[in-house]
Amino acid sequence: MRGYRYIDGVVTLRVDRQRCVGCGACVQVCPHRLFSLDEGVLALRDADLCMECGACARNCPVEAITVSPGVGCAVAILAAWINRLTGRKVLSDCC
Amino acid sequence: MLCPFVEEFIPTPVGPIPRVATTVSHRDRWGTIGARIGLIRRNYKVAPGLYAVGTPGAGSPVLVTANYKLTFDSLRHRLGNIDAWLLVVDTRGINVWCAAGKGSFSSEEVIRGVEQARLAEVVSHRRLILPQLAATGVTARAVRRGCGFDVLFGPVRAEDLPAFLRHDHQADETMRTVTFTMAERAVLIPVELFLLAKPLLAVLCLGPLLSGIGPGLFSPAAALERGLILLAATVAGIGAGAVLTPLALPRLPGRQFWIKGILAVLPVALCLWLLFAHRLTPIEQAAMLLWTATVSSYLAMQFTGSTPFTSPSGVEYEMRRGLPVQLAAACLGLGLWLAAPFLANGGG
Ligand code: SF4
Ligand code: SF4
Repeated sequence: MRGYRYIDGVVTLRVDRQRCVGCGACVQVCPHRLFSLDEGVLALRDADLCMECGACARNCPVEAITVSPGVGCAVAILAAWINRLTGRKVLSDCC
Repeated sequence: MLCPFVEEFIPTPVGPIPRVATTVSHRDRWGTIGARIGLIRRNYKVAPGLYAVGTPGAGSPVLVTANYKLTFDSLRHRLGNIDAWLLVVDTRGINVWCAAGKGSFSSEEVIRGVEQARLAEVVSHRRLILPQLAATGVTARAVRRGCGFDVLFGPVRAEDLPAFLRHDHQADETMRTVTFTMAERAVLIPVELFLLAKPLLAVLCLGPLLSGIGPGLFSPAAALERGLILLAATVAGIGAGAVLTPLALPRLPGRQFWIKGILAVLPVALCLWLLFAHRLTPIEQAAMLLWTATVSSYLAMQFTGSTPFTSPSGVEYEMRRGLPVQLAAACLGLGLWLAAPFLANGGG
């Protein structure tokens, strides 16, 4: 993903290294390659590259990773806002 | 009825299983074009269940995928002379990435697929290979608990599967990283444009109506002249926001898409201005440019939904900033457009 960078300092990804058991699941699934294991110790590079897909947190066996997952889509977010505002399903989201 | 991509049925312990072609037929090609330009929006599906490619046996790998026909096609077309089982999971005809994000490509759905296909009777091993992007919706542990199969997340792109299988199920960093190349961006443009047909039709109808209003109540000549310019401004905004922005995405400065959309509109707006400025008052020129920029900015922001790197937190952040600006610019632009005939008259 070279050449792409989204907004800094907004991502909800948090990693609790104390809990990590070094299974490597997050290393495998992250499509932005944010994690690596160095002799069993988890390293996180540049959290701002995270797109909050939630794959890592979902597949971590010990809940060492938390992230509020979702689809980064303006249409979906707008639909959610409008639906919340009106209390009805006025707009449906994308894909 | 036999699907055109099924070559024959091969016998297995659970009965005959359809063997699918790995070659691209004309029908696939037309279907792909239809789906890509948005003609076939929903319902481009294959029936969920087990399929075979080549002549798989009890030890052959099981590749799990979504039941969106484009996804299924791009998988089987890349399997050349590989022997494998394809387990197609019911994702309601949605691709892997969207289905995993929305919860229809889930652990439960995979377990259901494994059980309904009686996969444990077909293969002797207990391993499923899923596309890596399915990890957003599928928990490997839950699948193992639910049906006894281990989940191995394979490469992000189907094209890397043959290499992945050859190298003893090892994926390198490139295979595990999402990309967003020029080709991957360009292929998204037609659907975006297709979805804009309706709003554009609205501009085509409403534009002349609004443009004709003037001091003399309604002027058909002005309706035609100014209505066409409004339409051109809208088309220019669409070009900047839904074509130029996706194509030039990594080159456009800034992080927020609504700003990228405004930057992309600059060259387009200049052309528009050169074309029409002599036919418009300064107020009308300002209105036209505001409108074009708004359309482009909004559509660029909408493109966040098609990219594989925008976080929902980030999109929300930029929408809180971009939407008010767009709303204000749209109101101001349309207001000026409507007011211009009266102002021109009043000023002599
Ligand atoms: S949420 Fe997705 S992108 Fe972010 S770190 Fe986890 S796997 Fe990577
Ligand atoms: S998935 Fe969880 S336990 Fe495994 S390496 Fe990552 S953080 Fe550590």
